[in-house]
Amino acid sequence: METPNPNVKMWQGNVACAEAALAAGCRFFAGYPITPSTEIAEVLSRRLPMVGGNFIQMEDEIAAMGATIGASLGGAKAMTATSGPGFSLKQENIGFAVMAEVPCVIVNVQRGGPSTGLPTHAAQGEVMQSRWGTHGDHPIIVLSPCSVRETYDMTVRAFNLAEKYRTPVILLSDELVGHLTEKVEVPPIEQLGIVNRKKPLVSPDKYLPYELNESDIPAMANFGDGYRYHVTGLAHDETGFPTNNPEKIQVQLERLNRKIDRYRDDIVEIETHYTEDADILVISFGSTARSARRAVINAREKGIKAGLLRLKTIWPFPDREIEEISAPVRKIIVAEMNLGQIAHEVEWATRRSKPVVRVNKINGEPITPNEIFNAIIAQD
Amino acid sequence: MDYLQYLRLDKMPHIWCDGCGHGIILKSILRSIDKLGWDKNDIAMVSGIGCSSRTPGYVDFNTLHTTHGRALAFATGLKIANPRLHVIVVSGDGDATAIGGNHFIHAARRNIDVTMIIYNNYIYGMTGGQVSPTTPSRKKASTAPYGNPDEPFDISRLAQAAGAAYVARSTVYHVGRTDKYIEQALTKTGFSVVEVLTPCPTSYGRRNKEGTAVDMMMAQKANSVGLERAKNMSEEELEGKIITGVFVDKDQKSYLTRYNEVVEQARNAK
Repeated sequence: METPNPNVKMWQGNVACAEAALAAGCRFFAGYPITPSTEIAEVLSRRLPMVGGNFIQMEDEIAAMGATIGASLGGAKAMTATSGPGFSLKQENIGFAVMAEVPCVIVNVQRGGPSTGLPTHAAQGEVMQSRWGTHGDHPIIVLSPCSVRETYDMTVRAFNLAEKYRTPVILLSDELVGHLTEKVEVPPIEQLGIVNRKKPLVSPDKYLPYELNESDIPAMANFGDGYRYHVTGLAHDETGFPTNNPEKIQVQLERLNRKIDRYRDDIVEIETHYTEDADILVISFGSTARSARRAVINAREKGIKAGLLRLKTIWPFPDREIEEISAPVRKIIVAEMNLGQIAHEVEWATRRSKPVVRVNKINGEPITPNEIFNAIIAQD
Repeated sequence: MDYLQYLRLDKMPHIWCDGCGHGIILKSILRSIDKLGWDKNDIAMVSGIGCSSRTPGYVDFNTLHTTHGRALAFATGLKIANPRLHVIVVSGDGDATAIGGNHFIHAARRNIDVTMIIYNNYIYGMTGGQVSPTTPSRKKASTAPYGNPDEPFDISRLAQAAGAAYVARSTVYHVGRTDKYIEQALTKTGFSVVEVLTPCPTSYGRRNKEGTAVDMMMAQKANSVGLERAKNMSEEELEGKIITGVFVDKDQKSYLTRYNEVVEQARNAK
């Protein structure tokens, strides 16, 4: 009999998320019970104390987001996890993390909405909320995994991007991926490439927490490091103190948005299958991309030139990649468990130069390979 | 003592109105900290939104001005992540007990190792004098033009009931007592609360014809009753009175102490 490989696990997506967070260096998790994300909190409540980390179940979703930001300012890599209604509640404090440039990871395991919706069924209805859920013009990074292994990799990546760009990062999972159990080969820790926030190299009297520098990403001191600075959600200048000076506000907010925009090539990831000679391009993401992949394979077996473009990064939106890959195709099909939140962006990215056919479902049931296959045939 | 070493003088003048009592509380906090001799690098002051929540901007500590009502949530994460920090939350009556009410009772229940100073002026000052959870019944506010129909919260009793380790109430008139209570709160293990009544002549006093800032402070003096004396007074006699004193001072395991036990247990179970 073969010796079992200790790195091979049978994990649920939510378990992989929790384990990846630990591997990425997460030492603080604040949460609140909500289906279908609760397993992440449950696993971390057991695992974090084992590594000397902190788990806390807060009194509500708002508090969980606040505590996550506070912990990050205290120097811990910090995460919270939630689903639809909880994600709505967290929005104000997510905006604070954006404005104050506090790295942290927010996991949203999407379920059916609106409102209480379908707690135990999947949806992909928070594409737009993850982009624009908090008020005001702001940048955000959103990643969407389609498998258990990818949940692991993307959770690590979410922490790395948060630390690198001093920003909250949203991991946009869904009920199907979160509750799916699959075989995962856990990558060795050395392979993960852990990124830590850039610390200031100057003396405390010269430290500018929101410095305008060449990289657009200011160095971050943790509270207690000897750099006594001010953090506020109010519009502030380089020093971190509130200001009403229009020029200073304009400069800071432009930098805040530019610091993600200019690095979009480092942030955006996509995956393609059979797109080289594709005539019909299917675009999908998250759990729906699994059905889309099967549909494309089935179409190829029938001699139809179908291809798949899977969005791994949702925001910043992979518009250039979509434009380039879809250039030679005749038609585009967008499959998603919402009423066209990605399809609309695809139309915009392709400047409506070709038909964008929508395959949508919002009843809690996954979109099946057959439904996408039928859409491909109909376009052939 | 030298107050200037703790202040960010380039941030002056402060935003507080003439006659506002908030500066008196700030000085009480600074005197207490000075007496304890804490290193400024080890102090974090966290606030929410409102007049009182502007305090952190003026003090030379690690300062965090968060969202409305959520200071305790941020402070909880901060304290847990870096237990070496002395975490002080400053909050107003609306910030602490309306929008932040849930966090307030749970911080007390959890006995998180944080000190909270509540500036209670019975009103939402920054937004122009709206009724708050501590506005006395029948008093006027911009959103209670016919008088407040609600009953107010008693913040100290609320903290006591929710399980705080230390609870005291004073007024800005009683500066010596306020200093003492804040110092006791800062050295208490667990969740400690000092509620300080502070006049808002601009938004509360004016509308309720309570006179000048001095008149309002003299009323604090006239109406304050010590906790011990209040025990022998009837409900009618206590009408309109401010009960001051130390409501709670008990030794119980704090959140961090308990959580460290959890860590020990988890490590041994491995």
